[in-house]
Amino acid sequence: MAQPHVLVLRSPGTNCDEETAFAFEAAGGKATRRHVRWLLENPHALREYQIFCLPGGFSYGDDISAGIVWANQLRQRLGDALHEFRDSGSLMLGICNGFQALIQTGLLFHAARRSELPATLTWNHQGRYEDRWVRLRAGSTASPFLEGLETLSLPIAHAEGRFVPRDTAALNELKRNGQVALRYALPNSEPAPDQETLPYPHNPNGSVGNVAGLCDPSGRVFGLMPHPERYIHATHHPQWTRRSGLPEVPDGLRIFQNAVRFFTAA
Amino acid sequence: MLWEIDIYTRDAEHDQLARQAAREARLLGCEEPLTLRVARGYLLEGNLQAEQIEFAARELLADPVLDEAAIATCGDPKLDSHFEGFDTQVHVLPKPGVMDPVALTATASLAELGLEVVGLRTFKKYWIRGLDAGRLEWLCRKVLANDAIEQVVVGPLSLTSLELGRPYTFARVEVPLGQFDDEALARLSREGQLFLDLEEMRTIQRHFQELGRDPTDVELETLAQTWSEHCSHKTLTGPVRYLGPEGEYRYENLLKETIFQATQRIRENLGDDDWCVSVFKDNAGVVRFDDKYHAVFKVETHNHPSALEPYGGANTGLGGVIRDPLGTGLGAKPVCSTDVFCFGPPDTPPEELPSGVQHPRRVMQGVVAGVRDYGNRMGIPTVNGAVLFDRRYLGNPLVYCGNVGLLPVDRVEKNPQAGDYIVVVGGRTGRDGIHGATFSSAELTAESEELSGGAVQIGNAIAEKMLVDVILQARDEGLFSAITDCGAGGLSSAVGEMGADLGAQVELEQVPVKYEGLTYTEIWISEAQERMVLAVPPAHWERFHALCAAEGVEAAHIGEFMSTGRLCLQYEGQKVADLAMEFLHNGRPRIEREATYAPPEPTPARLPDKYTWDYTEELQKILGSLNVASKEAIIRQYDHEVQGGSVIKPLVGIQEDGPSDAAVVRPRLDSLRGLVVACGINPHFGDHDTYHMAASAIDEAVRNCVAVGADPARIAILDNFCWGDTSRPETLGSLVRAAEACRDVAIAWNTPFISGKDSLNNEYRYADPDNTPHVLAIPPTLLISALGQVEDVRRCVTMDLKENGNFIYQVGVTKNELGGSHYSLISGFAGSQVPVVDVETARATFESLHGAISSGLVRACHDLSEGGLAVAAAEMAFAGGLGARFFLAQAPHELELDEAAAEADAELRAEFPQLELHPLAAMPHAAAILLFSESNSRFLCEVAPDDCEEFERRMGNVPHGLVGEVVAEPLLQIVGIPAPQPHAEEGVYDPQTAPLVIEAPLAALKGAWQRPLRW
Repeated sequence: MAQPHVLVLRSPGTNCDEETAFAFEAAGGKATRRHVRWLLENPHALREYQIFCLPGGFSYGDDISAGIVWANQLRQRLGDALHEFRDSGSLMLGICNGFQALIQTGLLFHAARRSELPATLTWNHQGRYEDRWVRLRAGSTASPFLEGLETLSLPIAHAEGRFVPRDTAALNELKRNGQVALRYALPNSEPAPDQETLPYPHNPNGSVGNVAGLCDPSGRVFGLMPHPERYIHATHHPQWTRRSGLPEVPDGLRIFQNAVRFFTAA
Repeated sequence: MLWEIDIYTRDAEHDQLARQAAREARLLGCEEPLTLRVARGYLLEGNLQAEQIEFAARELLADPVLDEAAIATCGDPKLDSHFEGFDTQVHVLPKPGVMDPVALTATASLAELGLEVVGLRTFKKYWIRGLDAGRLEWLCRKVLANDAIEQVVVGPLSLTSLELGRPYTFARVEVPLGQFDDEALARLSREGQLFLDLEEMRTIQRHFQELGRDPTDVELETLAQTWSEHCSHKTLTGPVRYLGPEGEYRYENLLKETIFQATQRIRENLGDDDWCVSVFKDNAGVVRFDDKYHAVFKVETHNHPSALEPYGGANTGLGGVIRDPLGTGLGAKPVCSTDVFCFGPPDTPPEELPSGVQHPRRVMQGVVAGVRDYGNRMGIPTVNGAVLFDRRYLGNPLVYCGNVGLLPVDRVEKNPQAGDYIVVVGGRTGRDGIHGATFSSAELTAESEELSGGAVQIGNAIAEKMLVDVILQARDEGLFSAITDCGAGGLSSAVGEMGADLGAQVELEQVPVKYEGLTYTEIWISEAQERMVLAVPPAHWERFHALCAAEGVEAAHIGEFMSTGRLCLQYEGQKVADLAMEFLHNGRPRIEREATYAPPEPTPARLPDKYTWDYTEELQKILGSLNVASKEAIIRQYDHEVQGGSVIKPLVGIQEDGPSDAAVVRPRLDSLRGLVVACGINPHFGDHDTYHMAASAIDEAVRNCVAVGADPARIAILDNFCWGDTSRPETLGSLVRAAEACRDVAIAWNTPFISGKDSLNNEYRYADPDNTPHVLAIPPTLLISALGQVEDVRRCVTMDLKENGNFIYQVGVTKNELGGSHYSLISGFAGSQVPVVDVETARATFESLHGAISSGLVRACHDLSEGGLAVAAAEMAFAGGLGARFFLAQAPHELELDEAAAEADAELRAEFPQLELHPLAAMPHAAAILLFSESNSRFLCEVAPDDCEEFERRMGNVPHGLVGEVVAEPLLQIVGIPAPQPHAEEGVYDPQTAPLVIEAPLAALKGAWQRPLRW
């Protein structure tokens, strides 16, 4: 199949759309940035794309709570188009604020009603915005975004990234479905011993179960708090000047390459 | 009907607002733990049914996993019984008219759900337990709310309507200036918040007498704003008679003859290689970057608003400076920000605060949060900064915000034409920020908060982000011929400046307003945020308007530029102002000011007597002093990587927590060319001599850039002068002297100033409880911000030590310059020489070092600044997680023995003729000076053994010495000057066992450095 077309949607306050589109292009995709208003007027245009991406930022200022206003808009006015897109074998990616919105749309969970959401993202345990690099481990998941990636280094930059499930049953259900795609890990990339919550700063926001990213049961809808588009060049890594132990292909770029390869390799 | 929705988290654990309030109370000294819960409240007005309100809460306002909602009409007692066991409720609401972005967003989002709301206000409802009336009042005033922008309702909330504003009935107001005597003029200037000199008031009076009429209120306001210190910089661009150490000199225009002149000279020197594009002309300075883009840089201050409302002041300070690059040329894209703050010491006991000032901790928290929330939302990385502390900033904290932009090379010139539409884009105009420009030119007093509350604002970052999105698209489509930001002075300043060479007519009723009731004058001078003014040719108006509409941005056509040479304002067809542009811009009388400066004679310092060789304790104290200590807790709150161009981050090293000298970003993702951002500031040097303070600040800014790999031939700098009351000749004199240093150093290095700004009158007047009047003036504070460039970012270096076995060089000379040093501050001694800049040596040093770095010979590089060699060595070691051993005997120096030391030296040499003694062997404080002197133009460089020869060859005549080595053991050791003890027995002395003057595990040093500001 040919080069996939990527729609990088932006809203008022989205601010990672340019570098996210650049990352998709660097990975071989054809990326277009569009304002959400354009999509509201042309919902069928979604059919021309293979990858749909909600990038990071502060959609509508994160007023009320992070991502909720954007999600409300997508759910109310583009619900059908987005469900059709998701169920047609395409890929969806939500990064940071895009992940926050993706959760609130319910697209990750097949939850019909808002009251059925099994989990949410809320204020970091330390109560404020934080920018730092973290170590991550991919879960045992079928997500095409994470193919071949076991451990990763990526930066986080958010205030409301603490994953909280409704209850233990809800978390277990997500685990069972292979939806826990990404977890915070120790600096040596080892997972948390005995499933316990890692201490700050390894788990940078107090996320329950160290959850940093989720996918839907098919693995084709993927959302994560860290920013893969901020590690697509060697000099992005905070320790690149130390010249040792860094991967040949930056971890973030591999996620975008995986997304593109999902279509080109088929 | 007025509905109230209170959203509670089910678990106290997720009650972020309660946790935040408790934490702030603790930081402000509240010892008892606070028990509180908080609701995020919404008041909704409209013809709405209970089910609709429940729907709104369920679908939008409450999180289904974490929250629950209490819903009733406002005033219903059931809203006041949500919790048991709390004895007080406190409601905190933004005052009417204060920007409330959440209310705006919620209104729009509810409309998306089909709910038409006529009015919406947000609030916070605090449930509090166990505080007496006094503590409760303290909590409300100091923690929960700020009077300047918020109102507090203790007990139940019982509002019936949210109506805001009353219809305005037009009435033209004239001021009978013709009849005023001097006293009346002065009173009008003061009480009307015009803040003009008497001579200026008289000039206005004469002008209107000649016209045979009285001015209208809006004409007076327009003149006051245009002539304000803030907008016209009349002190620094005016005539000054200066009596300095070199004699008397009269400046016709101080800035023009010092800083501008330096840039002019440099541009002439560079000839065809001149890389300045537009300097001191537009809203920001412009220099060449690559074939397609220029780089644009501006730094502003927002001191006075930040003193009254730290969050809003810093918020709008950053918002304002972002609009400078955006308003430069035909619009530059903002790519990164820098922020520098000066605060009072955070451990100041509350009872020692001057009356009417906020606690420095609260100021600091608010300012940091303000910058964080605006910058992060805008998606502009905050990559660089500094934070300084001094008691003299208690009344006037300083908040410098800077922004760098990228401007296409073919979008540099503005060219407004007669007939172009005057268009205001972005936020609506309200009563906010009235008199900001004139207010910022006045001194603060204990009553400022009440008098000037209107000058305080909260920003709406998303409104500005939307503005940037639209303007950059319109720029690329060529839809407008000029643009400027609407900052201090509002439309008055923006339209007045853009139409200065033409003329303009504005219909004020066309300006979109936030609520009814604004007078024509308020519309004209409001400094409401997030607005830009553009000149749009009529042929492009339709397209421009459509583009704005597509992004949800409001654009209004409010008038036309016309070649009348006049500024005409109308309201509903009635003329309210008709001013000659010539008088407005050139009519201000030039008032000559007196300036004197006599630097204190450098006195020899009496260094503390030591009974041991060891300086480890002193080093730890300096590492833990607030100006040096880690700012990680602040830095991490800023997004420093958004836009995807981060190369050198503010925190570096093996644990990503070492202090970088400068930040490097790649503003174009498809290129390897980088921009370097750094700064230099040291008010303590100004206590000795403002000339050397200024020279040292330039040196620091430039050496920070060079340390990460910037080309010294391509560094542009900005000046920001924050001074006290310059009507005092000594205060103005200290500024003149600093400006002269700026001129001298800039010319010597071909380092051009490209833009700048001043903020004067940073003094705080208050009275003791016994009514003794006091004035607290800030120390002269010059911030130099530097914008460097690197050809290929892959050649950049960081300051953390990299590899066991490498060698460490000191580049540059250490002199006996402890004046203003941190060693003097922690030891409490006065005197000594303040660091001077040897411009010739410095220039050669920067050039040679740059050659070595760009050839890949340097593995780590750190500049020597506060705390000197010892601090730099410690920082490099703990940032790299590697130990180091240094030998002071190898440090390049120019220390001279005084008479007593020379005598001791002679004795020593006579006693040990067989030993080859170090020249400083008999100097009692040699180690202290070599460790802690803050001499300029110095670096530490880590070099691999194989590269040492080449590194030394490249350094050539530049002073350098191999002073240390990297070791695996996590220990910093600094070996002092080997010296036999006088009268020690022959043969006991072994030159190999020179004293260890510093020995400490890295963890101890890092702990001392990280602890103080970790909150």
